[in-house]
Amino acid sequence: MLKDITLGQYFPGNSVIHRLDPRTKLISVVVYIVALFCAESWVSYGVMLAFLLAAITISKIPPKSIVRGMKPLIVILIFTGVLNLFYTDTGRVLVRFWKLAITDDGLTRAILMTGRILMLISGTFLLTYTTSPIALTDGLESLLNPLKKLHVPVHELSMMMCIALRFIPTLIEETDKIMSAQKARGADFESGSIIDRAKALIPVLVPLFISAFRRADELATAMECRCYQGGEGRTKMKLLRYGRNDFLAFLAEALLLAVVIALAFFGL
Amino acid sequence: MNPILQVEDLTYVYSIGTPFEHRALDKVNFTLNRGEFVGIIGHTGSGKSTLMQQLNGLLKPTSGRVLLEGQDIWSDKKLTRQARFRVGLVFQYPEYQLFEETVYKDIAFGPTNMGLSGEEIDRRVREAAGFVGITESQLKVSPFDLSGGQKRRVAIAGVIAMEPEVLILDEPTAGLDPVGREGILQNIESYRRAKNATILMVSHSMEDVARLTDRLLVMNGSKLAMDGTPSQVFDRAEELVTMGLNIPQVTQVFLRLRQLGVEVPNVYTLEGAVEALCRLKEGKGHA
Repeated sequence: MLKDITLGQYFPGNSVIHRLDPRTKLISVVVYIVALFCAESWVSYGVMLAFLLAAITISKIPPKSIVRGMKPLIVILIFTGVLNLFYTDTGRVLVRFWKLAITDDGLTRAILMTGRILMLISGTFLLTYTTSPIALTDGLESLLNPLKKLHVPVHELSMMMCIALRFIPTLIEETDKIMSAQKARGADFESGSIIDRAKALIPVLVPLFISAFRRADELATAMECRCYQGGEGRTKMKLLRYGRNDFLAFLAEALLLAVVIALAFFGL
Repeated sequence: MNPILQVEDLTYVYSIGTPFEHRALDKVNFTLNRGEFVGIIGHTGSGKSTLMQQLNGLLKPTSGRVLLEGQDIWSDKKLTRQARFRVGLVFQYPEYQLFEETVYKDIAFGPTNMGLSGEEIDRRVREAAGFVGITESQLKVSPFDLSGGQKRRVAIAGVIAMEPEVLILDEPTAGLDPVGREGILQNIESYRRAKNATILMVSHSMEDVARLTDRLLVMNGSKLAMDGTPSQVFDRAEELVTMGLNIPQVTQVFLRLRQLGVEVPNVYTLEGAVEALCRLKEGKGHA
């Protein structure tokens, strides 16, 4: 049950996109988002969509799992769509009931806005689906490195993020186990009022917290046993290196941004 | 034979339709009788833990049935809930699920969920504490102040207090010292005697299962590979080894003795070994 949560879950694979440097993918996603917000016409949306579909195809991620990941966002999508649909006054009126009117401009805006959100999410999903959390934090640390000059504890932050990400599946598994154990003693999580259900969670939360603290303690001891002392002078087992494919990816991204901006410039 | 729990063609597949799809149980069939002490052995990942969670209705079979006294536990919601109480399940490292302020309250969690009266709950808590050797004064302390072995006993008492007719335990002695192990095994045995309960115990200690159980189930690669008395199972030592399992050390010694030409029977407990050796000595003395 709990295992079904896809928290931007990593989808193991060996496609070109999987093998890209995590920094390339992080920068690409930023560029992609910028391009997405520059795109304002059907034509530029088409370009963006083609780019996204091409990337998904190359990554060999089953489109089904991307669609499945969207499910929790349906409410936001509908909300955005409906708001845009009714809050646009310009354009020709298509339908009118009571004080609300749907104009052709409104319809276009609604479609474009929800489309933008959909593409935004799919793009970022592609990043987390093709990059392992460890690689992602590695890339982030490397990209944020200049901030060290401003005394931002970049290494410590990325270490914390890394540990947090690493322990999400562990804690989910643990929660599952504790829930099963309490269910075996007759605990009921599925029926009763909201207060009953909240109360039913106590037998799960108490052991979970205890185990989280125990794990943190053990981890700290284990790190100290290995003389861990932070980022100063620390070398990496896996060095990040840009390759030919990274160069090509940057080129493609630059091209995408250029095309979208050019289209916007010509008012398309 | 008085069957209480029957498993028919039980199959369970995890994460159907994802790349992580995994067949954990494949057409498993067996019957547990009242008062029996049955052991399950099997390599890690052979499906033991999944099987246990099927038996009290925590996991729903992909196909196949689990029958409790002839009734499918999934045929009715009430029956599923009843199965949780009638088939008690003690998970691995059960001490990690303790949560109440006092030992008493924690043991009472199960019986309280059953909706029993206050008096009945009190009786059961004290009786269960008695089975696992928790004293009156320990009932009032916080479970987190107890030692590891005592916590384990409290957790087991929490399940025993529901007075299940079938008690399933997943490696109840894992990580305990020899004294603690022996104590817990005796607690389980005394519960079985007192209530004529069926015990199903997963264990990696071949010595323990050889000594305690009437019957052994061997799981291998999601399938039930063997079902028989310990002597029947341990006679097939070579097959067990190919499954990544082992036979009791004393059985290994006797197998080697036979290979060396000494006429000894197959034994699998220390008592049996002593007896066989005595007989051998007497035989030689007469000759």
